[in-house]
Amino acid sequence: MSDASFISERNEAGNAGLDAAYAKQGEARPADYLALLKPRVMSLVVFTGLVGLVLAPGHLHPTLAITALLCIAIGAGASGAINMWYDADIDAVMARTQGRPIPQGLVTPDEALGFGCVLSVASVIVMGLAVNWVAAAILALTIGFYVFIYTMWLKRRTPQNIVIGGAAGAFPPMIGWAAVTGDLSLLPILLFAIIFMWTPPHFWALALYRSDDYARAGVPMLPVVAGERETRRQIMIYSLLLVPLTLSPWFLGLVGPLYGVGAAVLGAFFLVLAFRIWRGTGDRAAKHMFAYSILYLFLLFALLLAEHGLGLGA
Amino acid sequence: MTAMPHSDEHKRRKARNIALAVVLFALVALFYFITIAKMTGVHPS
Repeated sequence: MSDASFISERNEAGNAGLDAAYAKQGEARPADYLALLKPRVMSLVVFTGLVGLVLAPGHLHPTLAITALLCIAIGAGASGAINMWYDADIDAVMARTQGRPIPQGLVTPDEALGFGCVLSVASVIVMGLAVNWVAAAILALTIGFYVFIYTMWLKRRTPQNIVIGGAAGAFPPMIGWAAVTGDLSLLPILLFAIIFMWTPPHFWALALYRSDDYARAGVPMLPVVAGERETRRQIMIYSLLLVPLTLSPWFLGLVGPLYGVGAAVLGAFFLVLAFRIWRGTGDRAAKHMFAYSILYLFLLFALLLAEHGLGLGA
Repeated sequence: MTAMPHSDEHKRRKARNIALAVVLFALVALFYFITIAKMTGVHPS
C-alpha cells in the first residue's frame, strides 16, 4: 500500500460516528475535560521536565519551579486537546481511542479546540511572565510542533510521523533546564536526543499489535505501510542507536556512574526485548517492549534524579 | 414546598461549575504566590 493512499483525507466512517455521538452534547463532566489533556502522557512529560529542571545549575524559587512544571503540564495537555479535536474522525474508528471524550459525544470538537487553544496560550504567557521567555519559547515550539508538524502535517502522510513528531515529546527536559538557566547546554540537548530516539521503538512496538486499528483509521504507521518485518528491523536499528546515546552523558562526564551503570543495565534489557521482536513473530514481544519502554524511560530519568539527589553526579 | 429533584444534567452542570470555581481560586492563589516569589525570591536574570 502506498503512502499516497493515506494522504490527508478525513476518515468518513469516523465522521459518521461523530455525527451520531454529538446527540449527547452538553453532558461533559470535569473528568472529561481532564481526559482531553491526556493525563498519562502528561505525567511522563512533567517527569522529564522535572529532571531537566533539577539537573540544571542554579536556583529557581520553588514557587516558580512549580509554576514552570504546571505550565509544561498544561501546555502538553492543551496540545493533546487540540490533537483530539483534529483527530476526532480517526479516534472514532480506533478501538484504542474510541472512549475519548469527543468520539463519545461528551465534549464537542469546538469545545476541545477552544479549551486547547486557551490553555496553550495561557501556559506560554504564564511561563514567560513568571519564569522566563526562553522556556516559554521552547514550550510554544513544543505545542506548535505537536499540533502543526505532527498532528496536522505528518500523522496522516508518512510512516515517519512518529520519528519526526517524536521531537514534540522530547522538548520537556530542555524546557525544565531553560526555566532555571535561561539558556541551553549539552546535557539537556542529550536528554532531548534520548527521548527523540526512544520514541520510534516505543510507538512501533504499539503499532505492531495495533496495526489493524491504524489501518482501519488510515494512519500510515510503519507496520501498515512497510509491513511487520520491516518494522521489527527498524525497532532493532533504533534500539541499537538509542542505548549508546543513553550512555553518552556518562561518557562525556556530564553525569555520574550511578546513571551510567544503571543505563547500561536497563539498555541491555531494552536490546534483549528489541532482539526478541526482531527475531520473533506474534504480538507478545511487542507488548513487552511497549510496556518496558515506558518503564525504561522513567527509570533512566529517575536515575538522573536519584544521582543528583544523592550528590553522586559529575 | 419541596425542592425539585435534580436531573442528571443539573448534577453535571453543578460539577462543572464547582470545578471552574476551584480552577479560578487556584489561579488566584498561584498568581499571588508568583508575585511574592518574584518580589522576594531568586530567579534567573
